[in-house]
Amino acid sequence: MGVLSPELRATAEGIKARYPAGRERAAIMPLLYLVQSVEGCVTEEGLREVGELLGITTAEVEAVASFYTMVRLRPTGRHVVSVCTNLSCALRGAKDVYEAAHRATGIVHGGELSEDGVFTVHEEECLGACDAAPVVQIDFANHDRVTPERMTELIDALRRGEIPQPSRGEAPEDFRHASRILAGLEDPGRGDGP
Amino acid sequence: MTAKVITANWGRPDVVSLEGYRAEGGYGGLRAALERTPAEVIETVKASGLRGRGGAGFPTGVKMSFVPQDTGKPTYVVANFDESEPGTFKDRELIEREPHQFLEGLAIAAYAIGSHEAYVYCRGEFLHPGRMLARAIAEAYGAGIFGPSVLGSGYELNVVLHRGAGAYICGEETALLSSLEGYRGQPRLRPPFPAVEGLYGSPTLINNVETLCNVPHILRNGPEWYASIGPEKSPGTKVFSVSGKVERPGNYEVPMGTPLRTLLEAHAGGILGGRRLKAWTPGGSSTPMLTDEHLDVALDFESVAAAGSLLGTGAIIVMDETDCIVEATRRLFRFYAHESCGKCTPCREGTWWGNRVLDRIEAGYGRPEDLPLLDDLGRNILFRAFCALADGAVSPIQSSLRYFRDEYEAHIAERRCPISGRGPEAGARTELERGVSAPVEVTS
Repeated sequence: MGVLSPELRATAEGIKARYPAGRERAAIMPLLYLVQSVEGCVTEEGLREVGELLGITTAEVEAVASFYTMVRLRPTGRHVVSVCTNLSCALRGAKDVYEAAHRATGIVHGGELSEDGVFTVHEEECLGACDAAPVVQIDFANHDRVTPERMTELIDALRRGEIPQPSRGEAPEDFRHASRILAGLEDPGRGDGP
Repeated sequence: MTAKVITANWGRPDVVSLEGYRAEGGYGGLRAALERTPAEVIETVKASGLRGRGGAGFPTGVKMSFVPQDTGKPTYVVANFDESEPGTFKDRELIEREPHQFLEGLAIAAYAIGSHEAYVYCRGEFLHPGRMLARAIAEAYGAGIFGPSVLGSGYELNVVLHRGAGAYICGEETALLSSLEGYRGQPRLRPPFPAVEGLYGSPTLINNVETLCNVPHILRNGPEWYASIGPEKSPGTKVFSVSGKVERPGNYEVPMGTPLRTLLEAHAGGILGGRRLKAWTPGGSSTPMLTDEHLDVALDFESVAAAGSLLGTGAIIVMDETDCIVEATRRLFRFYAHESCGKCTPCREGTWWGNRVLDRIEAGYGRPEDLPLLDDLGRNILFRAFCALADGAVSPIQSSLRYFRDEYEAHIAERRCPISGRGPEAGARTELERGVSAPVEVTS
């Protein structure tokens, strides 16, 4: 049994069709997101299937996948908490928010994944929302002006199975769902369906 | 004060939709463009004097005219929505508030260079702005704006949204093309320039989101109107992203050439808590920082360059008297170490080693010879790598050493951070600081 079901393989063909004939390799990113939406990260098997879909080797796929931080090649929590600590956020107290994220999830520095598998905490570079510093993303949904206390509340809510309302837009259910959105499967658009 | 141009509708939530945007005259610029020849559209953009808002400030109309349309290959337009320069958040808000303004500019640019296929490279982390864009694109298809006959003109245009996956380097235009083609986002040698050999080896026009947002207004109101705003060599308005230690961080659209003092005092509410300005970046982390001596510098390409920095993306990060410059530099420099694509040795190794030197100075383990070492490091990275990422990395180091050398010296002499008081004796707060508690041997 592969990573992608026959149904998702058909979806993958639709993703390839977004790009000109002969240029299907361009679909590598959305296909990696598609695999990630199933596996919660991208495993060796996932890389192999993407290669098979594109007619390139697993090594070629891995070379691309390993370049990009949003493609996760190692075990990842159900929720990915990204704390921006770049300058604009640091000036507004991001370091304490980052510390709070570790404390609340029980992740030690240098670790990434909480013991229960619920959280991955990730130190993020500038998220392009510096007017709302410090900024945190939960599964790529933005939370503005986060204090250490708010960070702890957000983690506790996620642990209870709640999905906190982000500052703008809708919250994905979890990291897998976010990956599905990133693959372009949840919004209308060319090549996405019907 | 000149009226706002591309943020004029920000107070109105209904312009998010196609209907609301059309009620404001939206897509009138595209209609005007379609009534002219592509060459006339390019001439109009040229005459406006619009310069690229992605950082380099290259004249947009000239860039359009560089794309050959008679090679027998298709031409492409690629919009750069990979906004990642630290401190920059204008493109995100432009898309979140009025996505059709951008799509209209994109369509006009495509028509001008005879392109039937446009790509939007959207930063991966912009999950929500990307969804708004996807919906706006679908709306535009539904209304016959995109598709086989743009506004019934018979001109075909298709638009594809492509999401990145977390790599700052993909904002560099040739790295963006590599990434869009499905490769690692590493820059390519120029020449050939993308205008001649870009996406899939075809002539390609790459424009920043803010640049494209200006284009519909130029078509609607005429190039003379646009050229009359701001200084002669940097016409138009600019959206400045102001963040850090100000009372009201945010995006503010003002005429090019507005002095920093006006932007800070009349728009951003002054320095947080009434404190004193210490340092600021005019265009994000990769532009050399300036100080309170530069409060009256006019914010346009020429004036900021004359002051020894770059306008870049217009991202103003404000630091006040309570902020440590060494710590700020360390944080900015670490960004480049993280984002270096690894292609060129000076950038890959230089950022990594420089980072360790800055870590130890901030942690109280600096040595007097570290400052000439940092000078030397900067000289050996600057202009010695393939793309501008490396040059950007050097900006915070060289500029902070130029204006705040005494603060570095105090760190070394006092063996602690003189601003926070933190040092080995005071006890390091984080693992990161503890991790550098042993001096690292780096020699030049």
